[in-house]
Amino acid sequence: VSVPPIAISRRAFCKRSAAAGGLVLAMTLPALGDRSEPRTAAAAGGSQLNAWLVIAPDNSISIFVDRSEMGQGVYTALPMLLAEELEIDLAKIKVVAAPVGDAYINVANGGQITGTSNSVQDAWEKLRTAGAQARIMLIAAAAARWRVDPAECRAANGRVANARGNALTYGELAAAAARMPVPKGVKLKAAADFRLIGKSQPRLDTPSKVDGSAEYGLDVKLPGMLYAALEQSPVLGGKVASVDAATAEKMPGVRRVLQTASGMVVVAEHFWQALKARAALKITWDPGANVQLDNAGIHAVLKQTSEKNQALVAKNRGDVAAALKSAKHTLEAVYELPLLAHATMEPMNCTADVKAGGCDLYVGTQVQQAAQEAAAAAAGLSPKQVNVHTTLIGGGFGRRLDVDFIPAAVEASKAVAAPVKLIWTREDDMTHDTYRPPAREAVSGGLDASGKLVAWMLHITSPSITARASPSTTDPFDSVVEYADHYPYGVPNFALTYSRQEIGIDVGYMRSVSHAPNCFVIESFMDELAAAASKNPLDFRLELLAAKPRHAHVLKLAAERAGWGRAAAGRHLGLALMEGYTTVLAQVAEISVDGGELKVHKITCVVDCGQMVNPRIVESQIESGIVFGLSAALWGEITVSGGRVQQTNFNTYRVLRSNELPELDVHLSPSDAPPGGIGEPAVALVAPAICNAIFAATGKRLRSLPISAHGLA
Amino acid sequence: MTRITVNGQLLDIDAAPDTPLLWVLRDHLAMTGTKYGCGMALCGACTVHVDGVASRSCILPLRLLEGKSITTIEGLSHGRSHPLQRAWIELDVPQCGYCQSGQLMTAAALLNLNPAPTDADIDAAMAGNICRCGTYRRIRQAVHRAAQTMTDERAPSDPQS
Repeated sequence: VSVPPIAISRRAFCKRSAAAGGLVLAMTLPALGDRSEPRTAAAAGGSQLNAWLVIAPDNSISIFVDRSEMGQGVYTALPMLLAEELEIDLAKIKVVAAPVGDAYINVANGGQITGTSNSVQDAWEKLRTAGAQARIMLIAAAAARWRVDPAECRAANGRVANARGNALTYGELAAAAARMPVPKGVKLKAAADFRLIGKSQPRLDTPSKVDGSAEYGLDVKLPGMLYAALEQSPVLGGKVASVDAATAEKMPGVRRVLQTASGMVVVAEHFWQALKARAALKITWDPGANVQLDNAGIHAVLKQTSEKNQALVAKNRGDVAAALKSAKHTLEAVYELPLLAHATMEPMNCTADVKAGGCDLYVGTQVQQAAQEAAAAAAGLSPKQVNVHTTLIGGGFGRRLDVDFIPAAVEASKAVAAPVKLIWTREDDMTHDTYRPPAREAVSGGLDASGKLVAWMLHITSPSITARASPSTTDPFDSVVEYADHYPYGVPNFALTYSRQEIGIDVGYMRSVSHAPNCFVIESFMDELAAAASKNPLDFRLELLAAKPRHAHVLKLAAERAGWGRAAAGRHLGLALMEGYTTVLAQVAEISVDGGELKVHKITCVVDCGQMVNPRIVESQIESGIVFGLSAALWGEITVSGGRVQQTNFNTYRVLRSNELPELDVHLSPSDAPPGGIGEPAVALVAPAICNAIFAATGKRLRSLPISAHGLA
Repeated sequence: MTRITVNGQLLDIDAAPDTPLLWVLRDHLAMTGTKYGCGMALCGACTVHVDGVASRSCILPLRLLEGKSITTIEGLSHGRSHPLQRAWIELDVPQCGYCQSGQLMTAAALLNLNPAPTDADIDAAMAGNICRCGTYRRIRQAVHRAAQTMTDERAPSDPQS
């Protein structure tokens, strides 16, 4: 087994991270050098040409994908990048989840992290280079075998051949190729020569997802495996004060009841037995500090802090205060955003197998290193003693960037000396999420006599996700100012500020993160300004996008496709624009409001995500984001009373169903910009587009979500 | 002991009578294609056929199933050959894929009852199956495609045609 030749050294990594502009999540960055698991080639049974590629003598090709597959298509898109340069057929590839390893660090995210919609961006150069280097090494091996000049040999369709009629398969060459020097400075294909990239290819994971064979964390099976249920404090942040487990311990199938740092765990032979015994536990809770916490209190504390005017300045250009004072019209508004739950279809779960001197962890995680660390801490092992087996993920949406569901499984496995699969019920999942943070956003704008925007200011008040998830961070803003820090409209006087206010409960990254609240505020307020300037919302925006041709293009195209200015009788249109994850996109919502009842008829979305890898996946991700955004905009709200989350299941936390799906018109308008993210951005535009359409229909401006709270949806 | 038939195989199940069919399939029979989503028949991820009827296995206790015949995603076809599975693959319907076993079983029951469903028929039948990835548009397309395939493949053997 050769050492992965493209492993990024920690030093190089730090250097590149710094260059990436400071958006380093740095969730776990201990010394990684000695923690790479030596499982890769052994697991695949072949010759390892680099960190991502193993070729077996029978020509089977394993590609180690170092991002977690949670629906966004990385198990197809990332292999495509490597296959493009390796000159192999995509259908022949076997995808393997990469273990923890240095080579697998996502440079911009600062760890082995699937998030920030940047898997393709991170892999774009790396995996094409890995494919090209392996191809050159295979050619070198063939040339050596034939004693010819490598320049005479060509690689295609998984074989190396030359004009003299010699041909060998990659499988025949792999062992020799793995010993060849790794070429430096390889030249990658020009876009015009792409065979695979930019062309829709079937997803490699689809077949296993139509016959029940796809293995998610919930489906892991190990010999002698037991099942566990976890009872956590109903008041968030509470602890077990005392417990009477006598009845539970005597129930059928129960092997052990144990107290863990996360709460009480019941281990049984079957999950149903564990659940029934859990219900028989008599627990007295110490509710802790949150026992009085409720929604009114959360929004009151955000308001109080927001009005203190002690903000950190993220961006400041010109003199906003003076410009607002001298403006012809000034406008001020306050917007409020609720807590949200991720509500992944697969509830949190983890299977741990703690043995003497090691632990195998089987888990759907977006953070392999953090998972390894959490398991190691719970087991009393060092991180390198933990093997992380990443399963398919039944919905991530950022929830699985947290590892709070891992330690109890590890503690339970250690206690019973057997593999344990710990499963959260839907109720556990919804009442113990790391919630999308609430926010209060105060926004101001000034218009001159001609109705042109001359000053704009946004003050965001919310808890910080990153301060909790990555306490070592030195960036006080991180995700909280997203989109606002890419405000595309030309305005000479601009200020963006943030006040951090914690609320006592854990908040987490949720699909589109702060793009969603900030896009709601920015794009809703753009329409408020347009109305104050007596301008059409499209024209008002386009006048301010003279320096942003990409933005102006997608906005115009979306408006055209949606029939802007030509809405049918009783129908009304609202639009929104955003730049996020280096993708530029615009949406138009077509709605009607009939007797106070809102109906969303159609969402049009035009997307410029630069160079696309697999357009069919891009389209599905944009649709996916719109559906996710519709659920949040129309109904999404987590409320807290007495420190307890009041929503428990899909009957109290409503999400969009198939009969509620509006018509979707997703139009991909790629450009020659580098690849942009596609998993998250579309979520954020849905709420402002709909709310702007509601304003067009009713004259009523909604400054908080969800829309249903206004009696409309 | 409860005697049930699962995907054509007669089985005696030794589990508490209140054990939901979902956990019998998953934990006792190691058939994990059927998923847990809500435990309250709200999301459809656990959908199987009981005597041909689409049913939520998460709320069906074993004691009600004596003598019943159950079909799960593993038994929907051999080698992903059901027209719905073929359509799902052709259109790349799944994203995360977790809910798709339930979606397919609900759609299969629909096509058994209604070989040529309209959009409204599909929406009505599928409304109980939540997909957080939002694959609804492709699901609808794929159900139409499968219905067409089933009609086409039935036609040659139909003596009327």
